[in-house]
Amino acid sequence: MRTLVYIELQKIFKKWRTYIGFIAIGVMAPLVQLALYFEGDNYLNFATRSFSDAFLISGNLMNGYLVGNLILSTLFIHIPFLIVLVGGDLMAGEATSGTFRLLITRPVSRFQLVNAKFISGIIYTISLLFFLMVMSLGLGLLIFGSGELISLRDKIYIFASDDVLWRFFAAYGFSIISMTTVMALSFMFSAIVENAIGPIVGAMAVIIIFMILSVLNIDFLQTLTPYYFTTYMPSWQSFFADPVDYSEVLKSGVILIGYIALFYAVALSLFLKKDILS
Amino acid sequence: MERIIEVKGLTKKFKNLTAVDNLELNVYAGDVFGFLGPNGAGKSTTIRMMLSLIKPTKGTIKIFGKPLKTHRKDILRNIGAIVEKPDFYLYLTAYKNLEILGKTSGYDVTHESIMEMLELVRLADRAKSKVKTFSHGMKQRLGLAQALLHDPKLIILDEPTTGLDPEGMKEVRDLIISLSKEHGKTIFLSSHLLSEIELIANRMIIINKGKTKVEGSVSELLSGDDVKLKIEVDDATKAINCLNESRWKEFYKGEEFGKLIFEMNKDEVTQLNKFLVENNVGVSAVVPTRSLEEYFLKITGEG
Repeated sequence: MRTLVYIELQKIFKKWRTYIGFIAIGVMAPLVQLALYFEGDNYLNFATRSFSDAFLISGNLMNGYLVGNLILSTLFIHIPFLIVLVGGDLMAGEATSGTFRLLITRPVSRFQLVNAKFISGIIYTISLLFFLMVMSLGLGLLIFGSGELISLRDKIYIFASDDVLWRFFAAYGFSIISMTTVMALSFMFSAIVENAIGPIVGAMAVIIIFMILSVLNIDFLQTLTPYYFTTYMPSWQSFFADPVDYSEVLKSGVILIGYIALFYAVALSLFLKKDILS
Repeated sequence: MERIIEVKGLTKKFKNLTAVDNLELNVYAGDVFGFLGPNGAGKSTTIRMMLSLIKPTKGTIKIFGKPLKTHRKDILRNIGAIVEKPDFYLYLTAYKNLEILGKTSGYDVTHESIMEMLELVRLADRAKSKVKTFSHGMKQRLGLAQALLHDPKLIILDEPTTGLDPEGMKEVRDLIISLSKEHGKTIFLSSHLLSEIELIANRMIIINKGKTKVEGSVSELLSGDDVKLKIEVDDATKAINCLNESRWKEFYKGEEFGKLIFEMNKDEVTQLNKFLVENNVGVSAVVPTRSLEEYFLKITGEG
């Protein structure tokens, strides 16, 4: 299995489209940091305007932690677009190029092939998020230094500088589960069709529709909100509250893992029965 | 003789279309087995079932004496195959494609074994070129390399000469013959070209619309007593006049570029020649031809 995963990773990372996500993050994160480097104070004044009269704020608030948090919050919505580019191509790409004929005539089971592809999809997801962490948090700390993190949620949280790093690691850890759900969704679509465009567009359409439906303030639609996996994806933000609502994080994590298992199971069952006609 | 492939009652239905209908075939060790049929006859569907790409609706496939359904991995370990057109990872080099495919199969592929295969198919100098820069013929040759990489006992080739130039076709044919004669491989070769099968195979089956039309030894199936003749004479008009007044009239089929065409039993060719000469018609050439196309069309019921 390790060899198969290694081979799948080679295929993924030899494709140009794989680097679109890395390039996008590699351009966006430094650009935001550059803007904050020059305009950071204005941004901070704007963000704290509602309570700046009541509190005296001092110290290095425009630090690497704030920048890292800001970039994560902003780009988190867009990362799924970058994930599905690869996830949607994992199975359908082989069908499009006709290489399933080469793979399935090898002495390797379809079950092993699906597993190897799925695991390599998860590894890609992790590597993209790791790159985001390096480019936002790592580069942010390098440019802006460390300090207290101010987090504006339902309340204002200010975390001591030695109480922040673990929150980022935990948040990124949860993000892996969130983004793996997106990858698994596109993977499932990828196992159904024989063209990679369909799964990419299909997965994005599902995510966008769920996001739109969950923000519409209509009673009926609100009752459906617990069933959208997108509802649980931003639970990483809980790590930037005090105290952390671990029961909420756990619940979201379990539900997302349930969705991942469901998408994987559907993809596997479809592929095991599928006639390779491409 | 050891039976390598044994297909019984093989049927594949796609909704209302029956692509393969109760097909039976046997391939023995050392055979170069020609699998012949017109386009759409069900050849590729049968091959896909033999390689577990698609599941049969009915029937059984045994390869190396084991049912494919229950011994898939064991069986595929000893098969090298090209299915339809040769598709590869276009963004990878020829070398990397072979390495990946070899390792996917769990074979111990070495640099030497990959280069040996690339040399065999005359692609060693393009080992580091991406496959997207390859012509169809080069991909076809790379297809052969991947099929032979792990030294399989059975080689299944689906239209392996499609898209090759005459020189390439000859090379592939020579390679197939050498694999069979010098290396003792069993070869299952599909084609829609009877002439190709005739040149390479020792046994063959012709199918059409998913059904077996004829199966047996190539020499027996293609050596009927009736022949088609082209006779070159010095005076065609005179020859035709003579023929019209003789019993040879019924065998005369017409004139083609100044040559007289006959269809008759091969034992009577000498008599016909004698008749023409006795009637002062100069015969410069008697060329027996067997119309493979006609034979094929007759067998497949499309003639």
